[in-house]
Amino acid sequence: MSTIDPRLPGAQRTRLAAAGARSVTASLTDGRGRDKVTGQIFYALLLLAIAFALAGLCAIVVQAFVKGSPALSLSLFTDAPSSSAERAGFRPALMGTLYLILGVIVLVVPLGIGAAVYLEEYADKTRWWNRLVELNIQNLAGVPSIIYGILGLAFIVRGPLDLGFILAAGSLTLGLLVLPTVILAAREAIRAVPPSIREGSLALGATQWQTIRRQVLPASIPGIITGVILAISRAIGETAPLLLVGAATFVTFDPTFLGSDGYSALPVQIFNYATRPQDEFRVLASAGVIVMLVVLLAMNAFAVWLRNRYEQQW
Amino acid sequence: MDARNVIGALSAPGAGPPPPALTAPSPRYGEKVIKGLLALCALLSVLTTTAIVVSLLAPTVSFFAEVSLPDFLFGTKWAPSFTPSSFGVLPLVVGTLSTSLYGMLVAVPVGLLSAIYLSEYAPPRVRKTVKPIIEILAGIPTVAIGVFALIFLSPTLAEVFPFLVNIPPFSAGIAGLAIGLMIVPIIASISDDAMRAVPRSLREGAYGLGATKMKVALRVVFPAAISGIVASIVLAASRAVGETMVVLLVAGSSPNLTFDPGSSVQTMTAFIGTTATGDISPGTVKYDTIFAVGTLLFVMTLVMNMFAIRLVRKYREVYE
Amino acid sequence: MTDPDVRADHDAIEEAVTPGANGLSQRIVAEQHAERQAGADKVFEIEDVAVAYSGQPAVKNVSFPIYKHDITALIGPSGCGKSTLLRCLNRMNDLIPGAAVSGSLRYHGQDLYGPKVDPVQVRKLVGMVFQKPNPFPKSIFDNIAFGPRVLGMKGDMDEIVERALRRGALWDEVKDRLKENAFGMSGGQQQRLCIARALAIEPDTILMDEPCSALDPISTHKIEDLMLELKQDYSIVIVTHNMQQAARISDRTAFFTVDVDEGERHRTGRVVEYDSTDKIFQNPADPRTEAYVTGKVG
Repeated sequence: MSTIDPRLPGAQRTRLAAAGARSVTASLTDGRGRDKVTGQIFYALLLLAIAFALAGLCAIVVQAFVKGSPALSLSLFTDAPSSSAERAGFRPALMGTLYLILGVIVLVVPLGIGAAVYLEEYADKTRWWNRLVELNIQNLAGVPSIIYGILGLAFIVRGPLDLGFILAAGSLTLGLLVLPTVILAAREAIRAVPPSIREGSLALGATQWQTIRRQVLPASIPGIITGVILAISRAIGETAPLLLVGAATFVTFDPTFLGSDGYSALPVQIFNYATRPQDEFRVLASAGVIVMLVVLLAMNAFAVWLRNRYEQQW
Repeated sequence: MDARNVIGALSAPGAGPPPPALTAPSPRYGEKVIKGLLALCALLSVLTTTAIVVSLLAPTVSFFAEVSLPDFLFGTKWAPSFTPSSFGVLPLVVGTLSTSLYGMLVAVPVGLLSAIYLSEYAPPRVRKTVKPIIEILAGIPTVAIGVFALIFLSPTLAEVFPFLVNIPPFSAGIAGLAIGLMIVPIIASISDDAMRAVPRSLREGAYGLGATKMKVALRVVFPAAISGIVASIVLAASRAVGETMVVLLVAGSSPNLTFDPGSSVQTMTAFIGTTATGDISPGTVKYDTIFAVGTLLFVMTLVMNMFAIRLVRKYREVYE
Repeated sequence: MTDPDVRADHDAIEEAVTPGANGLSQRIVAEQHAERQAGADKVFEIEDVAVAYSGQPAVKNVSFPIYKHDITALIGPSGCGKSTLLRCLNRMNDLIPGAAVSGSLRYHGQDLYGPKVDPVQVRKLVGMVFQKPNPFPKSIFDNIAFGPRVLGMKGDMDEIVERALRRGALWDEVKDRLKENAFGMSGGQQQRLCIARALAIEPDTILMDEPCSALDPISTHKIEDLMLELKQDYSIVIVTHNMQQAARISDRTAFFTVDVDEGERHRTGRVVEYDSTDKIFQNPADPRTEAYVTGKVG
């Protein structure tokens, strides 16, 4: 903020200050009548913007339902992909997504909570390496998901881990993708526990880990679970990285974690059906979108309920 | 018997119990082990970044052994599979910039105006319902948005605005529109948070001088929250640049060097997605193109994210 | 007891301990007091202790003893290091990065900051109650049982909890609702819960950092009564802003003040005077003490 040069004589400074105040006041308070109209136009614009955003959201959901509902039937869940739209379904893809998510949970829950606990409870925040770790995590959260696909391709499928194009590789890739989200959410939850609780526990002769295990973590579990659910929601919808680590689009059998016969996933299958020329496949794709949206909505509603029911009010 | 001696004898303290031990009963190795394990978890995040960089690096280096850097960065023809092959990445970059630009053109006004509404105008009850709904938009998987754009937006808009779709169904403009819709929540949500963080006293001071609501919102709150707002825009741009599925479905796969919203383009992400799932063998220049383009993409988004992180830190500091 | 010697002793004692115009008995009482001071059990011996946070001194030149079964009050204006010193006594200052403690702090004769001393052990012996009541988000029972459980104390947990709650003068009020969440209690009850929680691990000293400043007068009164009961079994050190409280309940008082350095950048606390409470409040030796206790200086 600029200030009036203190070297100027007093009277001049007062004059300048008064002129400044006058111009600000003037800029804030000019002509009444004109103001009312512009104010109303502005308000209309604001409402238009919000309406546009909401309409866009509704359009996506409604359109999927409208287009896809004809294909909603049990066979959607039991049929495998086929070149005939009538006989095609999402079964291997759904199972693939399920397995992938299980793998992600097993990976990110311990690692994410562990990293969050370390960063919040043990790390000396003034040390540069700890700040580097923090910066890393913040940065990783913004890396495009396809880059994680490249990472998976070069490191997990080939490279050092050399797992091949198996479902476990997909799980690992997705896990790394959502790990920053889990860490950030877990850190927020842990940070929300007030320091007075830790002090009270330590003053009773508990060790640091005892304090974390018996006071801090139990109190932050609801927030952590919410974060994990958010991460899973993200993982369910991610397509690009999976494309690079071997999620195929014409897998007709149920997948296994380590099997090298290939695996699929719901978003990948949707993508595949959507690119086929026949309109029936587009209907199928929309049906797949409906399934995905319903699952995500249910998960997020659960997360919100969980947070409202169990969140600690300090 | 002197009274003093008696009293002295009565009040002299005897040998009390031994002083309590202050040393630890056990060396508490468990604590140290736990701390080490947890540190390892945190370290994994650094390792991930290192792994990303390393996985991109080697093939990129081998790529640039075959293709010169200026040819790559400034060449205008991208045809790695043709003979003679050409590796000018500009068409891909322009494809990315084009779709992202159209996305921002939609998202910035809609997002900012929505944020102003939520922060300054919306009654608490409306805000409580609308804000979460907008954040739901952020959670819609990109493939669903891509399918929406392909199946609905493209055919519908092609009828109303034929200039938008030269070669149906592909269109950079429509891809941009879909991307814009996708990133509106980022701008709206973060800008809303930034504006709400502005202290009430600033608004009240302006109202006290007789300013209208619109003036307060635009001249007082908006400038005060500017770093958070800019951060949200940069983050949204970064997201737009890194988006893959929408462009794979709607932007096309022809690397045309054009900003025309109606033409089909190929973005960096779309190229990576298409090529990596195609028929390629590791060790060839074609394979390495994935990584070279990936490196460029990574660097671009890294710069944007670092900038945004700095800004967010700045705006959080000011009011905390 | 008709032995003439014993009777003579008895008379001599009576004469000596009865304060009166008799100059001899007064002198004996004074000498007796001094002897008891010299030989009495000291819980803490604080000698030339200074505490600095990241290089900035917070308090220095602190030297005084804490006696067993005393209530020792630390009084003085804000920012003069009373809480800082208190937190040294149970090694809670270890938790603040950049905190450095120098000087000699002995607990029952042992160096509290010796190389092999484990802060966790220290805190089992020296308990603490904080300014704002901080019960855990658990049931009343689990609040009390937390300390004994993590310390692996043997015995029936129900008994341990009941004993602690009785000693904390809270048992009758909560015995029927032990499973209820502690957050449902009033502020005064929560603070007594925190005191009972500290008692449950059977320390020998309890440190209290302005325990009543967040409470209403009735709760304050209850806690002061509790402290007077507790001092029979424990030694208590209390930091308080409330001079009347210090005068009411403490046996000895240390008066702190703050030195403001040149340029008003440094505020360092120090002890001005330490003596029995009566002396501090009625006949202080230092004019600064007098100014504070008579309310001339805040």
